[in-house]
Amino acid sequence: MPAPAARLSPAAIALNRFGLGARPDDAPPADPKRSLLRQFDRFDPRPAGYAALADAGQVVRHYRAQQQANRMAASGGTNAPTTMPPGPAAAPATASGATAPTTTDLKAADPAAALRATRQDFRDDVQALYNEGVRARADAALATEAPFVERMVHFWSNHFCVSADSAPVTAFAAAFERDAIRPHVLGTFTDMLLAVEQHPAMLLYLNQVQSIGPDSPAALRDASRNPQRRRGLNENLAREIMELHTLGVRSGYTQADVTEFARALTGWSVDGMGGGGEGDPNRFTFRAAQHEPGSRSILGKVYADGGEGQARAALIDFAHSPATARHVATKLARHVAGDDPPPAMVARLAKSFTASGGDLPTLYRALIASPEAWAPTPNKFKTPWEWTISALRGTGKRDVGAMQIAALQTQLGQRVWKPGTPAGWDDIAASWLASDALLRRVELAQRIAAPLGQGVDARVIAPRIMPASLAPVTAEQIARAESPAGAVALMLVSPDFLRR
Amino acid sequence: MIARRQFLSTAALGAGALFVAPGLALATVPTERRFVFIIQRGAADGLDVLRPVGDPAFDGLRGRLIGDDAPGTKLDGMFTLHPALVETARMYQSGQALFVHAVASPYRDRSHFDGQNVLETGGTQPYAVRDGWMNRLVAMLPRASEEAIAIAPTVPAALRGPVQVASYAPSPLPHAADDLITRVTALYDADPQLHAPWSAALETSGFAADLGVRQDPASLGRLTAGFLTKPDGPRVAMLETLGWDTHVGQKERLGAQLRNLDALVAALRQGMGDAWATTTVLVATEFGRTAAINGTAGTDHGTGSVAMLMGGALKGGRVISDWPGLSAASLYEQRDLRPTSALDALIAGAVAESLALDPQMVGRRLFSQATTERPLTGLLRI
Repeated sequence: MPAPAARLSPAAIALNRFGLGARPDDAPPADPKRSLLRQFDRFDPRPAGYAALADAGQVVRHYRAQQQANRMAASGGTNAPTTMPPGPAAAPATASGATAPTTTDLKAADPAAALRATRQDFRDDVQALYNEGVRARADAALATEAPFVERMVHFWSNHFCVSADSAPVTAFAAAFERDAIRPHVLGTFTDMLLAVEQHPAMLLYLNQVQSIGPDSPAALRDASRNPQRRRGLNENLAREIMELHTLGVRSGYTQADVTEFARALTGWSVDGMGGGGEGDPNRFTFRAAQHEPGSRSILGKVYADGGEGQARAALIDFAHSPATARHVATKLARHVAGDDPPPAMVARLAKSFTASGGDLPTLYRALIASPEAWAPTPNKFKTPWEWTISALRGTGKRDVGAMQIAALQTQLGQRVWKPGTPAGWDDIAASWLASDALLRRVELAQRIAAPLGQGVDARVIAPRIMPASLAPVTAEQIARAESPAGAVALMLVSPDFLRR
Repeated sequence: MIARRQFLSTAALGAGALFVAPGLALATVPTERRFVFIIQRGAADGLDVLRPVGDPAFDGLRGRLIGDDAPGTKLDGMFTLHPALVETARMYQSGQALFVHAVASPYRDRSHFDGQNVLETGGTQPYAVRDGWMNRLVAMLPRASEEAIAIAPTVPAALRGPVQVASYAPSPLPHAADDLITRVTALYDADPQLHAPWSAALETSGFAADLGVRQDPASLGRLTAGFLTKPDGPRVAMLETLGWDTHVGQKERLGAQLRNLDALVAALRQGMGDAWATTTVLVATEFGRTAAINGTAGTDHGTGSVAMLMGGALKGGRVISDWPGLSAASLYEQRDLRPTSALDALIAGAVAESLALDPQMVGRRLFSQATTERPLTGLLRI
């Protein structure tokens, strides 16, 4: 990276590189490293916004029950279920309460329209749930007393990402971060991995729910009933677990390992989905009838058929592989010490990961202790999400209020929980530093600054949120801006603030 | 099973929304010839896009996937074009489209991200080459008075490199005040990393503001044409399309993807007007998909696929293929379409003839790691 003029103080590095961006009233920490370690005790795994989200499983279950009733009505059946799970309209924070009766009215008259209306209701509910989820995420990032740990939530959420490109995955996207990532961010990598791979969001996103063993009882039964209808393996989840979540690409596994692991994973499913019947779609379930019988050989090790435990045993072995340690260490070092992470630091982090059995606080302590992470030259160009959160924190916001964070991230090119690929968002400047992206940040900075009016003086705030780190030329341009709001906008898009 | 069908249909809707990244990137060069690269991210299934219905093994492998789908356009005794590619079929029939089947980059593994890296950098191994082949291509062209320029929120890997390439994508955000722009410019001018993209942003935003475009495929096709037909505007462009990774419910999803692609190329051709006569469009993906369908009415990551060329000067109306066959013994690793043509060679030949450059030199500069393949030539009439 070309060296800009600014040199960061250790206090600024703790606040802005490790943290999510300083607030105007943050005192620069006297002991920056200790200030980070202390945050481990202050992290809130389940902030109010996440806790209050509508129940995704209930939204999905209600939709399925309604569709079933619609179909029965369409086929002339009179035995539509009289008891239906309570609709999401009963819960706060969803949008379709007003449209729900329409579905019922339509059912008798036009079955096809009823199906469409039900689907539209579902999509509205899911979109409302998504927007609330994004708001909860942003509110947590603004209110937290543990911004470094909150950053690690964002890091792991991207490492183990789902992409909310279909309605069912979108419904579970916020729950995925809340229930699979946040509870384990100060736990172990293995526990997080297991929670991630058994979460409905991941099982749906990477098609695991539909993957069944070709020689499983369920497949054989299907074939005997209807030879045309052959169901079988889908290796999507198996491959991405090995390539992206654990071992890393080109770490030595083969196509045969992927296929064997996919066979071991068969039967991993979501309750009440993929196998029909009642159930709670929030919950993982193991469908023994869909599991491929037999032992599996993965990376040279034989796993006896133990039902659900077969894939679990392989996952635990992946989590403890040196390849996984290198993969995770490289990504974490890149996130803090620069796009081309120093090899010595990567080796140190990998060693700490392996020695501690994937204990994440131990890994973070090794990160904080790494001198490369404290290099005074700004080494990371903020992603759109990092930039937005740091801009809101830097202008003193404690919650997002009326701001539409989800729409805003779309405009900046980083849609929350929608990277569009299981690899997640890139963590290098080349992916984010483009001319159009710069222009949008400038336009948006102006929109963030405008309502602040005279309330925020950038000449005072800039040196506070970038303590002992602001370039003189930036301070000079801020002082000469034509209006207080213009000065705040300029502060937010200054080269000093775009990087950490 | 009711529920299963529902999820397939919502997945199809999602895929449509995802189709365009939107990523359009352009580079300005002083020539009246134009070259457009459309990347299909996610591994497009060549065996479904251009169906080898004449192969004796095809029906057994794919019959159930196609089902009672419309038959598509029969191109010759072997190949039938997917029914969603209506405009593309018309171009083929008027000699303005050709296809290269059983084609692949040098990459022989099955990771999207590594595969796209090889396709975009022009290396033979992932991450072996740092910059993209399109950036090296711009460097080979005589420089315009105006610096090279680009359009998309971010710059795709194929266009990254030492030559500055700007980016543009439609945005509803309000425009920034002049005073702010002036002061930002003062700060960025002194910053080696921010200076070039910022200058490019200022040039691009002025022109694009007049177009008022949206992000649907046809609008992006028109936007691309708008830039490519601007006097002294860019002559090399790249568009990114997403959503080709059809592990589940391929029939509906691929149909929607191909309708979008068809609309994009048709709008581009229309927007180019007379300049279509000197424009060539290349459509390619990182690798193909399994010959057999998987257990979820889709296909998994494979190897050989199909690449498409469209343009006003093409010697089109033909399929170029040394067909490897789909029998179990012919498949690559007993599962994928075996590649018999090199995508590198096709790109080098198509680029060279499109922009009137020496094919051998283009091959060496863009794909310096490649050892054996000669550029595929004889693609264009001019």
